[in-house]
Amino acid sequence: MSAARNVAAIVQKEWRHYFGSPIAWVALFVWTMLFGIFFYFAFSFFVQRSAMSAQHMEMGGGPAMSLNDWVIAPVLQNMSVVALFIVPMLTMRLFAEEKRQGTIELLATSPLTDLQIVLGKFLAACGLYALMIVAGLANLALVWHYATVNPEWKPVLTGALALLLFGGSFIAMGLFVSTLTRNQIVAAILSFCLFLGMWTLGWADDPMGGPAGKVVAYLGATTHLEQMLKGVLALKDLVFYLSLITFGLFLAHQSVESQRWRA
Amino acid sequence: MKSPAALFCVSEDPKNTMIEVENLTKRYGRTTAVDGISFRVHKGEILGFLGPNGAGKTTTMRVLTCYLPPTEGTARVAGYDVFEAPLEVKRRVGYLPETPPLYPDMEVVEYLDFCAKIKGVPAPLRGARIDEAVGKVRLGDERRKLIGRLSKGFRQRVGLAQAIIHNPDVLILDEPTAGLDPKQIIETRELIKGLGGEHTVVLSTHILPEVSMTCGRVVIINRGRVVAEDTPANLTQRLKGAAALKLEVRGPREAVLDTVRAVPGVLSARALPGEGAAVELEVDVEQGGDVRADLARAVVRGGYDLLELQRMGMSLEEIFLHLTTTDAAVAEGAPSVEAVH
Repeated sequence: MSAARNVAAIVQKEWRHYFGSPIAWVALFVWTMLFGIFFYFAFSFFVQRSAMSAQHMEMGGGPAMSLNDWVIAPVLQNMSVVALFIVPMLTMRLFAEEKRQGTIELLATSPLTDLQIVLGKFLAACGLYALMIVAGLANLALVWHYATVNPEWKPVLTGALALLLFGGSFIAMGLFVSTLTRNQIVAAILSFCLFLGMWTLGWADDPMGGPAGKVVAYLGATTHLEQMLKGVLALKDLVFYLSLITFGLFLAHQSVESQRWRA
Repeated sequence: MKSPAALFCVSEDPKNTMIEVENLTKRYGRTTAVDGISFRVHKGEILGFLGPNGAGKTTTMRVLTCYLPPTEGTARVAGYDVFEAPLEVKRRVGYLPETPPLYPDMEVVEYLDFCAKIKGVPAPLRGARIDEAVGKVRLGDERRKLIGRLSKGFRQRVGLAQAIIHNPDVLILDEPTAGLDPKQIIETRELIKGLGGEHTVVLSTHILPEVSMTCGRVVIINRGRVVAEDTPANLTQRLKGAAALKLEVRGPREAVLDTVRAVPGVLSARALPGEGAAVELEVDVEQGGDVRADLARAVVRGGYDLLELQRMGMSLEEIFLHLTTTDAAVAEGAPSVEAVH
């Protein structure tokens, strides 16, 4: 009971910082703008192609193109790249700023556990990130409004979930990095490098390669994105992201706790 | 709310002892910041923690507020061990660190509301507690301002309001008057005095007059050790040794000195270097009896004019200097602080 109240208090405070500073607004602006641009290009490309394939149809060939495959999935895929750049913005100040301002002393001497602090900060960043996803998805309302054949909504949901889990695991890792320094910029740069590293692991998947490459690729942050964007919700993908999130939070918690012992 | 941590309530005298520190040691790597200190603070008392910078005051306070774990020894607040039951201790302690832990992008009231929440003030009481804290530290006109726009003095008050927001049994204030202007310092001292009685207060400072003005008892620490512990008045008394008097007399220097030395009870007298008709004398006299009347009579009878006669009590400042300077002498076997105890 009181644990949930403490976490909620931290979440609320972090949102106050996000929206009281330009961070949340810049993140929302960049995210929705890029979402709109990607959506626009994917959609015009789709319209072009479907006009072409309609001509083919008259000549008797080709299946109808799916909005899910040609517009929604690619846009969400692109947004995962954007997340790579935006998440460090959301996580850099979470602990670094508290340490610089000395307010970590307030949190640490209040009847809160370290876990409640870590969870509160994680959920706050995830909440803002989820809001960004929802704001981006508003573009799709146009599709539902105008398309003669509506796209399927289930792949949209799994796609959004994929984006959320993917970003969530970055947020957990970024949170950990933020506990390591009192300088926000350092935290942002380190997180970005870490995310990039996690990203590139996925490239190790070489069809001709041995099992080692497969294992490394399995750990890549993007490897588990593809199926979900296509609308396939596999347990192993969920488990992968959830364990990555747990791992990040665990590291952050250990780091906060151990710094008190070493301090 | 009953928590399992309540089992750790083991203090023998829970009514009177609020803080109990026993043989507390804190090491950072190879340096020892606090070296086996022990003291007790009774309920409602204001204890001054006095020592030069780097003496270990902040470290001790951080252990008491569960910010740092002790390396050795124990500290109990309101009967709860800081190591075994930190949440119970934190619930009962209000802490103002050296730099007030403030969020500059928050409004005063907003910040206090957050503090009240994380310190477990129930929602229905929160508004009243905030009003009370704001009233006590006189922040009324600033309650809607952004903390980042407040002056240093007001920030310190917000920090203090934060410490008392959950009406804690114990208040721990780390240099609460540092960096304030004289008027603010006086106000803060008054405020702290007002908090004693209801709360148990431990405050640290390296400014000496502060202790004699606000505290009922002083613990002087130096290099991580307690070097003295008493009331400010007793400390002065104990360290006096010989009482000193200061005289200003008009007359020939040597003759005046001889007259003064002849008075029974006078241990020694010396003239301060100076020109002119008047001689300034420092006179050491025996403790106990009062020789001032005899001195005055002797001077006047000798045909000299007595211009001034003043008792010089040793101020806490001198004691402090004495303590910290003779502390090094202890090791060399010189007459020491230990003799004073």
